[in-house]
Amino acid sequence: MTDQYTLAFDSGADPSTARVGGKCAGLLTMTRCGVPVPPGFAVTTDAFDAVLDGGGPRAEIGSVLAGLDPSDTADTERRAAEVRGLITGRPVPPPVATAVTAAYRVLGAAGDVPVSVRSSAEMEDLPAISFAGQYDTYLGVRGADAVVDAVRRCWASLWTARAITYRAARGVPELGLSMAVGVQAMVDARTAGVALTVNPADGDPSKIVIDAAWGLGDPVVSGGTTPDNYVVDKVLLVPVKTTLSPIHHELVLAPDGHGLVRRAVEDARRRQACLAPAEITAVAELAKRVERHYGCPQDIEWAIACDAALLPDGGPRVLLLQARSETFWSRRPRARAAVVPGAGVSSIADTMLGLGTLPT
Amino acid sequence: MATQQRTSSGQHTSFPSPYEQPAPEGAEDWRSLYPYNVLFQPERRAMEEAKFWFCDSQHWPTVLKPFETIGPELSTKCLGQFNTRYFLVPPANGLECRIHQGYVYHSPVTVDPDEAAARVPEFLRRAGYYFKHWDALLVNWKRKVLATIRELEALRFGELPDAQPYEEIERGTGLDATDTLLGGYDRLLALCHRAWQYHFEFLNLGYAAYLDLFQACRQWFPGIPDQAVATMVQGVDMELFRPDDELKRLAKLAVELGLDHLLTAPGPAPGQDTLDTVASAPRGEDWLVAWETARDPWFNFTSGNGFYADDRYWRDDPALPLGYIHDYVLRLRRGEYIDRRVAELVAERDRITGEYAALLDPAQRADFEAKLRLARQVYPYVENHNFYIEHWTMGVFWRKTRQLSALLHRAGFWPGENDMLYLTRDEARVALFDFASGWARGSAPLGPDHWPPEVERRRRIVRALASRRPEPALNRPPAAVTEPFSIMLWGITSERVRSWLTDLDTTGDLIGLAASPGRAEGPARIVRGPAELDLVQDGEILVAPVTAPSWAPVFGRIRATVTDIGGVMSHAAIVCREYSLPAVTGTGSASTRIRTGQRIRVDGTAGTVTVLD
Repeated sequence: MTDQYTLAFDSGADPSTARVGGKCAGLLTMTRCGVPVPPGFAVTTDAFDAVLDGGGPRAEIGSVLAGLDPSDTADTERRAAEVRGLITGRPVPPPVATAVTAAYRVLGAAGDVPVSVRSSAEMEDLPAISFAGQYDTYLGVRGADAVVDAVRRCWASLWTARAITYRAARGVPELGLSMAVGVQAMVDARTAGVALTVNPADGDPSKIVIDAAWGLGDPVVSGGTTPDNYVVDKVLLVPVKTTLSPIHHELVLAPDGHGLVRRAVEDARRRQACLAPAEITAVAELAKRVERHYGCPQDIEWAIACDAALLPDGGPRVLLLQARSETFWSRRPRARAAVVPGAGVSSIADTMLGLGTLPT
Repeated sequence: MATQQRTSSGQHTSFPSPYEQPAPEGAEDWRSLYPYNVLFQPERRAMEEAKFWFCDSQHWPTVLKPFETIGPELSTKCLGQFNTRYFLVPPANGLECRIHQGYVYHSPVTVDPDEAAARVPEFLRRAGYYFKHWDALLVNWKRKVLATIRELEALRFGELPDAQPYEEIERGTGLDATDTLLGGYDRLLALCHRAWQYHFEFLNLGYAAYLDLFQACRQWFPGIPDQAVATMVQGVDMELFRPDDELKRLAKLAVELGLDHLLTAPGPAPGQDTLDTVASAPRGEDWLVAWETARDPWFNFTSGNGFYADDRYWRDDPALPLGYIHDYVLRLRRGEYIDRRVAELVAERDRITGEYAALLDPAQRADFEAKLRLARQVYPYVENHNFYIEHWTMGVFWRKTRQLSALLHRAGFWPGENDMLYLTRDEARVALFDFASGWARGSAPLGPDHWPPEVERRRRIVRALASRRPEPALNRPPAAVTEPFSIMLWGITSERVRSWLTDLDTTGDLIGLAASPGRAEGPARIVRGPAELDLVQDGEILVAPVTAPSWAPVFGRIRATVTDIGGVMSHAAIVCREYSLPAVTGTGSASTRIRTGQRIRVDGTAGTVTVLD
């Protein structure tokens, strides 16, 4: 599905960050590379611009924010709410709403499917400025009207008080901002989490670190749960360290598909690892593949669906929900123990003398 | 482990003291079997209890007969001499060696840090010379070893004549046949000692270069799996695999020449008769020529590990190689590919090496490549020496020992042909002189009256000792195990020692070292020694105190291997990687905790073994 206002992840189109934002550009790219990504589409920045320009509220937003002092938090909060009201308080222009509805219908041949609706800002996930987590995300949205409404609320979240303050502190002008929104079929996740292709503990580039919990991955991303942690060797794809945590609650799709529910994890599963050995390998392989594509460390979100069929090779199917370049270690020199330089017998002598420090 | 201490949390903190362990019933007098210099002595109690000893059941999985103490005595002496006196390895001297209730225990001898630092310049000079001239010195080594083997082969322990031949009168030799006999015995021991010196001449340097690479990888990639580094240097064209490769070649040749049905004929197990049948078949001569070419030297290979006098050798007992060839022929008929997948191993090795290298920055990468080059240059020796010393040289040594034992058996010294093994080698020297002296005097030696009851007493003790498995270690473990050779060769790390104390991890799995990747499930087959190898069935999981490289042919039948002892550089680990089978080594007690027939799951990637029923 391609039109001016939406762009399906599997459209094969050349992803342009200016048009679909960082998050959706990543999903388009990954889909094009054959990485399993749940189906979805981007609501392009054209849609946003159509809402705000052409007699829309862009000019009004400018006047509400004129002369704002971001250090005055109460005033910033008040003005931000007013700006958001300018967007959520008026209907989405029919051509945009129609396009979003049409793109949503394509996702669910059998009816309305629950989707996630996430903002995908132009400047999000850039190596220099990370806006990660600044804007709104809605999970378990079902039905075309609800999707259109969630998209509108994502647009509005461009003007939360903290986003305004964040931009002000970094000198990003308020005028001319735009935002795309990603709409993606929700995975009814049995297990989900994140993976990082560098060990954040020591910067070791040969490790993939996976956090996993039962159910949807949101509690892992938000830090709402202590996940199982697996450190996997990137080359051999074997776990070198596993730390299991009892996971007491999980977030799952509501039975009717509208919204999410938090429920207790039964005893037997609580004592179990969230990922079976083959699944650990599959998640690590996925992360490694994404890193290979971008050529730098990646931070991914993944999920394994409750009803996931095995792949033709018998391996588990792991879906990629999101990928972004890792920004912490990539920009820092590695802090590592000094290694005996050189080779040959002098290095051997030094190594042998240093054996008291051999990790055992 | 009844005498272990427990902390309030129920965790064991120490292995038993050798001074407090009661002997198994019927073996109370076991100390009388072994020489004083390998026993824990009461007057040294405080000193010996302060040290940590680990059981070397990797090399000596079963109880040693008195004569067989030559193995641990010479190997520890020679390992030590190269560290301490020859290369002056900075932080490591040798291993102390004790025999406790029939099993071998080692304790590393460390070097004072100041002395270690002072050794560095000489180590650089000496080891540097060896690294620089490695290939030429290795050619020289092979020449020396082959000369030693030739000299051992030339020793003869035959019957003594009734009278010296008349020609000796004319030549005026002035000597009798016992001069050769007694001298031959002394020479036998001296040549064995020499072979063990050659054994370690290159070995410690090979390990040192490997260790250097290993350490650097650990610094660059904290927590890199041991098996990743092992794979980087894995030799794919090693002489240690030649005997098995020769069997495969002979199996294929038999099929090609249409002789295979003779090698798989129903009825009694294949043996000399099989070779005779092949000889009389058309084109049978062609096959026998190939057989003879393979036999010398590649069948100087034992189904044991070369450390026991009754190890059987392929060369002496055609039933062993013919049994394996029989298996290979059957597999060829089923259309199986029987060769080692060398190209795949090389491709995997190169992939792994390349991927790690790509993760390093350019300066580190140059270091990595240089270290890897050195490790790969010296590493093949670490496996190949095994064929030349443990298998070939020791095979000849034990054959000559058995000939001598049989000679004295015929003279009535002991009831069984090989019973000289119940004597220490010094006692054997005394018995031999008694025999020589009786012959010279023309009267009966004393041995036939003295030894038979004593040998029977010792046989009973050895049997009683063998009824119990050894403790994996003795005394309190150190906070950290740092001795490089213990870590590499035996897998003795602090973590491993702790796991022996607790035996199981929290999930109830047996834990060991992830020695060869992959997972498998199947019925266990406990194999305590080569004599039980024939019992191994297709699809079983081999569980053994330790395996030997010569067990390679059964690796075509099994799904995975589990051992009680051994590091990622142990033979089981190396062979399993070469044969693409999962392996967990160093579990401490798998062969006693698991029973034959129990279904087990082996995770060679995680290093765990789960008993499923």
